[in-house]
Amino acid sequence: MVDVDRRTVVRDSLGVAIATGTYGLSFGAVGVASGLDVAQTCVLSLLMFTGASQFALAGVLGAGGSAVSGALTALLLGTRNTLYGLRMAPLLGYRGWQRAVAAHVLIDESTAMAVNRASRSLARTGFWTTGGTIFVLWNLTTLVGAVAGEQLGDPRDLGLDAAVGAAFLALLWPRLASPVARLTAVLAALVAASAVTVTPAGVPVLVAAGVAVLVGALRR
Amino acid sequence: MTWWAILAAGLGCYLLKLAGLSVPARVLARPVVARIADLVPVALLAALVAVQVLAAPSGRALALDARAAALGVAVLLLLARAPFLVVVFGSAASAALLRLL
Repeated sequence: MVDVDRRTVVRDSLGVAIATGTYGLSFGAVGVASGLDVAQTCVLSLLMFTGASQFALAGVLGAGGSAVSGALTALLLGTRNTLYGLRMAPLLGYRGWQRAVAAHVLIDESTAMAVNRASRSLARTGFWTTGGTIFVLWNLTTLVGAVAGEQLGDPRDLGLDAAVGAAFLALLWPRLASPVARLTAVLAALVAASAVTVTPAGVPVLVAAGVAVLVGALRR
Repeated sequence: MTWWAILAAGLGCYLLKLAGLSVPARVLARPVVARIADLVPVALLAALVAVQVLAAPSGRALALDARAAALGVAVLLLLARAPFLVVVFGSAASAALLRLL
C-alpha cells in the first residue's frame, strides 16, 4: 500500500516536473532576446531558480529598466517562496544542510506536489522528485533556448518580444481564480500602464505592487 | 551592472526561500500580511504584462502594435487550456506573422 502511494506521488511529480522543466526553453530564448548573454541567462536559472523572478529580471532589463529596479521586481516576486517555505517547514522537518539544499528547490511546483500528502515521507518524495527534476531540466532547456535564441537573429522578427508578455500572462492565469485577484490584476495593469509615461523604465511595475498592498489592506 | 543585478537578486531570492523554511510561522499569521503576500505576485505579473505589451520600445510612451495582438492570441490559447510553451511560442509566432504582412 505504501509502495503504491509512493509510486503515485513519483509519477504525478514527474509529470508536473517534465511539463514545467521545459519552460526553460522559453526562458532561455526570452533571456537573450532581452539583451542578456547566454552565460547571464544560464546563471539566472542556476542561482535564482524561480521562473517568474527570472522572467521579471530579464523583462525589466530588456525594457531598458535599471539593474536595481530589475533586481527589486525579481525579489518582490520571490517573496511568495517565503510563504511556501512557512507551509513546508513543518511538513519536511529539515535542519542544517538538508534545509539549505531544500531551500534552493523550494518553488511553486515542488510545494504543490508536497502539500496535502498523507505522511512526511510522501511529502519529501513529492518535494524532491519535483524540485530535483525541474532543476535539472530547467537548466538544460535554458541553455538550449538561449543558444538557439542567439543563433536565430533579431528577436523582434521572431516575435520574441511579444513572447515575454505571453509568458507573464501564462504565469498570472492560474492566480486569477478569485474576484479579488482579478480586480488586483486589472488595477495593477492600469497603474503600471499609466506610470509608463511619467517614470523611468522598470519603476511602473514596482509602483503597481502598491495595488496589492492597498487591496489586501482595505478588503476585509 | 547586469552581473551585479543577477548575482544580488539570485542570492536574495535564495535567502527568501531559506527564510521561509527557517522563521517561525507566526510571523505571517496576521491575516492582513497573508492577504497582501498572496496578491503581490498577481499585481506584479499583471503590471509586467501591461508594460511588456504596451510600453513603446523607444521609452516613455504607450504603443498599440503587434505585441497587443499577440497577447490576444495568448488569451485565446490560455482559454483553450493550451500548455505553457504553446502559449508562449504561439503568441510569438503570431507577432512575427503580423510583422511580415
